[in-house]
This record gives sequence, C-alpha cells and structure tokens, in this order.
Amino acid sequence: MTNEFVMPSSIDGADEYLASVAAQETRPGFSGWVIPADQNQVIIRHLKENFNYDFLSSVTGVDNYPDPTLEVVYHLFKSTGGGALVLHAQIDRNDPRIASMVPLYRGAEFQEREIWDLFGIQFEGHPDLRRILLWEGFDGHPLRKDWKEPFYEEDVKPYKSRWPEGKASLIEEQNPLRDNVQFPAGFTPKNWTPEGEKKLVDAVKSQPVSEELETDEMVLNLGPQHPSTHGVLRMITATEGEKIVSLKPVLGYLHRNHEKIGERNTFLQIMPYTDRLDYISSMSNNFGYALAVEKLMGITPPERADYIRVMMAELTRISSHMMANGFLLNDLGAYFTPSLYSLEERELLLDVFEAASGSRMMCNYFRFGGVARDVPPEVLVKVKDLVENRLPRKIDELDRYLTNNELVMVRTQGVGTLTDEQAINFSITGPILRASGVPYDIRRSDPYSIYERLEFDVVTKTHGDVYDRYLVRLEEMRQSVRILKQVLAQMPEGPVMTGKPVYQVRVPAGEAFGHVEAPKGELGFYVISDGKPNPKRYHVRAPSFINMTAMEQMSIGWKIADVMAVLGSVDIVLGEVDR
Amino acid sequence: MIGWGVLKGLAVTLKRFFQTYFVTNKLGKNHYFTQEGIESRYNPSTEGIFTIQYPEERHVLPEEFRYLPFLLYEVNSEGGKDYRCTACGICAKVCPPQCIWILRKSDQATGRPVPHPEVFTIDIDICMNCGLCAEYCPFDAIKMDHDFELATLNRVKNLYSMEQLGKPVDYYAKIRPINYQREESARAPKKQAAAG
Repeated sequence: MTNEFVMPSSIDGADEYLASVAAQETRPGFSGWVIPADQNQVIIRHLKENFNYDFLSSVTGVDNYPDPTLEVVYHLFKSTGGGALVLHAQIDRNDPRIASMVPLYRGAEFQEREIWDLFGIQFEGHPDLRRILLWEGFDGHPLRKDWKEPFYEEDVKPYKSRWPEGKASLIEEQNPLRDNVQFPAGFTPKNWTPEGEKKLVDAVKSQPVSEELETDEMVLNLGPQHPSTHGVLRMITATEGEKIVSLKPVLGYLHRNHEKIGERNTFLQIMPYTDRLDYISSMSNNFGYALAVEKLMGITPPERADYIRVMMAELTRISSHMMANGFLLNDLGAYFTPSLYSLEERELLLDVFEAASGSRMMCNYFRFGGVARDVPPEVLVKVKDLVENRLPRKIDELDRYLTNNELVMVRTQGVGTLTDEQAINFSITGPILRASGVPYDIRRSDPYSIYERLEFDVVTKTHGDVYDRYLVRLEEMRQSVRILKQVLAQMPEGPVMTGKPVYQVRVPAGEAFGHVEAPKGELGFYVISDGKPNPKRYHVRAPSFINMTAMEQMSIGWKIADVMAVLGSVDIVLGEVDR
Repeated sequence: MIGWGVLKGLAVTLKRFFQTYFVTNKLGKNHYFTQEGIESRYNPSTEGIFTIQYPEERHVLPEEFRYLPFLLYEVNSEGGKDYRCTACGICAKVCPPQCIWILRKSDQATGRPVPHPEVFTIDIDICMNCGLCAEYCPFDAIKMDHDFELATLNRVKNLYSMEQLGKPVDYYAKIRPINYQREESARAPKKQAAAG
C-alpha cells in the first residue's frame, strides 16, 4: 500500500526514456504508459537491459469490447525491490498480434499461452503457442466479452430472474443439452478429429535425439491420475532411458474460468470465489483481492483489522508450509508419516480460522476496508498459546525429524536446481526464488498492510535445489511465528471495519494491481473497474501457475522419480494453477 | 556419521508411538466416546492421539461455524409461523452463485406488493456456504446453520422450499447465543420506539 521508500522510476531515468517512446496513460484511474504495440519488445528489452526491470511479474490481456481493441498489460518489477511499472499495449481486436516476451522473459511462456487461449491474441515468436487451460479445438476465446458460456443468463449478477419474481428451477433445465456443454453450429462428433494430443506430443518431442547411439525417445505420461501430482495434473515427458529430455505440464483439468466468473460477479461476490483458488491458504487470497479493490476505492482498513489480517495471513503461511514440507516427503516416498505430523498442526490452525470466519478452508473473511467480524477473545488466547508453546516446538520436531535425515538429503540435495538468474527470468516467486538466493519478498520489496512495522528476516539459501526450498519453508515458519508474536503483542483494540458494511460497494473507475506474498509466491490481483458494480477485468496472477513454467528447466537431466521431488518442492495447488 | 540423521528421525517417531499409547491409556475406558476423552485428545497440549471418532464423537462447533442458510420465524399466538423475511431481496442480490429465488407476495385485492415472501427457494447444491446472505440481511431473517449432514439420495430434493428452510428463533438462540444476544439488544430500542 505504501510506496514511500521505493525509488520512483523518474529518478533512474526510465520515465524519461518511456516519455520519448510511449504515451503517458491518461484514462482516469489508470497509471503507467501506453506503448506502441509493434515496439513492445524493443521497449521492454531496453527497460530490462538499461533500467534493471528484470522481473516480469504478470502479463495479461484486457478486452475493451465494444471498442475494437484488445490490450496486453505488462507489470514489470525490479528484483531488487520497488513498485510496478505498468505498460499497456493496444492491438486490433480483429487481428490481434503482438511480439512475444518469451525471448526476454521465459516466465511469460505460460502466461502468453493463457492469453492466447482465453483472448485469442497471437504472440509472434512464442516457441510453443498452444492452448493451455482449454483443449485444442475449443470454440472461441472465453474471456472475450462477447463469448457466452453454456449456462449463460445475463452479463452480470445479480440476475433479474431471482427477485422479486423468482421461480426456482434446476440449472440444467436452462440448457437444451441438459449438461454443461455447448457446441458450435454444425459440429458433429463424428467429423471431429482431436488435434491436441498430436500437437502435445510434437511439442514434447522437439528435442533432438542422440544420433550416435541408436536410441529412441520414449514419451511417458505422468498423470492426470497419479498419487504424487497433488490433484489432476498431467505432465508429458520425453525420456531417454530414465532421464528426462523434455517435459510439458498439461494443465486445465480443474479449469472453471475463475476470471470470467469474476467478471460476471459484483466486487463483493468475488471474495468467496478467491478462497477457491489456492484452497490451502484462502486467507492470503482474500488479502490480495481486498488490497487490490481497496487501492481502487482509496480506503484503508482500521488498525485492528490490519493486525488481524496479518495474523491470519501468517497463520496461513505456517499451515501451507507445513503441508508443503509434509507432502514433499510424501512425494519422496516417506509415505504418510511426515505429512500427518504436519497436518496435525494445520488442524489446529484451521480451528482458529473456523472460530473466526465460520469455515475451515473457505474462509471468506476479508471485506473491503476491514474484516467480516472481530476475532473472538478466546480465539486470540488460543492463537497465543499455539504461537508461544506448540508451533515452535513442532517446527523444531519436524526439523529434527527430517533435516539431517540422510535419505532426505540424498534425494533432494542438488536436485532440480535453479540459479538466481534463471529463477528471476522464469518469473519464479516465493520460497523457490528465495532458495535460489534472491532476497525477494513482497512483504519487504513492496510493503503492504503493516509489514513495514514488523521485524522479520527474508530467508534465503544459495543452492536453489529441492533441499534448500524445504529449508526455506522451514525457516519461514519460524519467521512467521516471530511475526505472530509481535502482532499478538501489539494488536490494538478498536473497530475492524471502515465505514458501514455495504453489499454493493462503489468502486471508482480505474485499474489496480494488489499483490501479496502468499505462501506459494507472489499472488497478484489485477482489477479494472469502469465504475459499474462489476469489474471490467479481473485477473489473478497465480504463483503456482507461473512457477510451473520452470518445471521443465528444473527436471531436465533428472530421473523420473526426481520429477516428483521437484514437483513437491514447487508446492502447487491445482485450484490455483487451473483457475 | 552416516545414518545418524535417520536414527534421530526414527527416535522422533518411536517416541510419538509410545506416547500415543501411554497418553491414550491414561484415561482408561473414558478415553473414547466421552466428552472428557475428546477434550483430552483434541487440544494443543496433547502428546497422544489426535483424532476424533466421527460420527460417534463430535466436535463442539464454534459459534461462527456456517453451513447453509435458514429462515428465522417467530411462533405467534395462534401457533403459526411469522417469518422475519420481508422479501427485500438483498440476500438474492448479494448471493455469489445466485442460488436464492424469492417471489414477493402481493395483496390479492389491490395487487400491491406486501413485505412477505410468497415463495422462498434455495438450491443447496449451488449454495457455497459463504454466509454473505446472513451477513447483509438487515432484518436478521436469514442465518447460517450448524447442521451439515444433508446427504440425500435424490438431488431434486435439494431445492429447498420455505418450509424446509424455516427454523424457529429459539433454535437460532441455541446455536448462536452470543450473536443472538447482541442482535436482540440492538433491536430492543427500535421495538420500543415502534411500540411507543
């Protein structure tokens, strides 16, 4: 929220450069620059090389329908810290093409595929431009404003059919097919040949095979149903013997187009949906979304609400890291003992969430300008007890149990390494980035809420392997306990909500990017409002999804069993990857 | 020394193994299926077994626990149900998955709308238990329930009518005593003003 000590881009000269090549954004509530679409690669290359904007946090599209333009929005950061540099590039809606950012930032790879999938923007120079969340052959690009889903009722909620003359019916009655599907006109299943699978195998087999030995690559599927993939994730690999030559994650099995649902909803109605992104840490999701909309509305929560928010976010971090470490061991073959040890702690933390918000996982606790209700005093006592007595003891126990275990060390040390430069280039965030030695933590680099006042260390390690990611998570739990102790000691009395709670919030026109350091990495919410009750554009920069981009880089050269260790260390939640 | 870490890890699990046995047996027969047993097992300071044997044993739900909305009614002098709902439609408007349908009652003689619902339906298959309807209802007419065991064999039954949704105010006072007290004391001056 506060950007006081961030060096403004005017000092380092980036502004002067941009003024010479781009136009300042003039739409009300918008910030940043409008760059000429055919110059995007040149401009961003210059910014990266001369002004150190080395971290491309988010690329996304916007549909300006009924205006005949589509927009590509870039959020650039410096890995040394600071606020966002926002660039907009406008392109023709009927023939949308723009140069790809993948040659500059590999982290754009999946994000641009997502934009192609959902907006139909062609990225020229992209190495592997296939659909990513939907299947090849899907009719249309759903995030375009004129695309309508099978159970389409109206453009925005609340629907008029609910009140005052509501007549209930089962949802499938609305669709002639009585199912959640629709076909384009003239479609017959007989004449359709699926093309996605061939494209996929071609993409994964693109690596040259060794010519000297007469060996052949084998294409091996991991998933979608596989105990070690944390949900329905499929990875297709080309292997030479047991060595991974190339690997492509196949996503979208849990896709529901969260962003389209969000654009149908009112601002408040999105809040419970954010819980379902990374369902292990719903409080952090609420936090990010609340920050983005509060930026637009220009309000800040009262002191006590800020403390409660940080308390909940840090408890979430502990519970998420506990699970990440426990299930990493699960993936390594330690079966359920470590994960059940850590689930025990999570259980107690979920009780805290349940008593405060009413639900263990789908908390829906944050509101714009505060939190839904105050934390009951007995819950604070319970949190205090946990933080003072139980959690430090249990984190130490996990440490004793696992850290020096030779089997863990052999399986994880040196496996799946990412160097610091690679990690930044891949737009990796969270514990994985810090395990590669980059001290980048949004709580410090672009502080929000009350984190500026709190003492804690940004944990970094140097090797960037699976073991270091485990160690970073372990140490971050200790830092979270440290933060929680301060929060509990300093928490003031007072209201937990600015103004009266209203169900139809008034959000002025403009754009905002709210991001938090979620347990899995940088969780960003990009919201555009045009002054109506519903957002014009609602985009989630999902850390698990973007961290998956580096999955191939981390796995190449390792054995199939190591892929599971690497995947465990990335710590994905499919609710967030597939959205 | 190679193997030392493994041994240390095994010692942690072995300690836990014996602890669970001895702690579990401290209460003897009372350990399972008694309130005392549940409390001794399920708390942050326990060293033993942690699990609750559902459905024979149950957690005490915290007051704020929410699951599916229900409609509050007051029992009037003739034994009928006076629903608090005024059919204002805020819950239907705020509902994120739009699972609430309200048909407002209208006066048969004049055709004007009256502040009561004729039909109030919730599709509990769609309801996401977010609690926004209860949070923004200005009349405390819709609240979130504690009952979460709703399995049926026929999905069509999950379209809940007003009859199925209605529960007396006493029930609400029982499951959420603190909230009930607060709301009643906030309502008292208004009631007095209306009466006086």
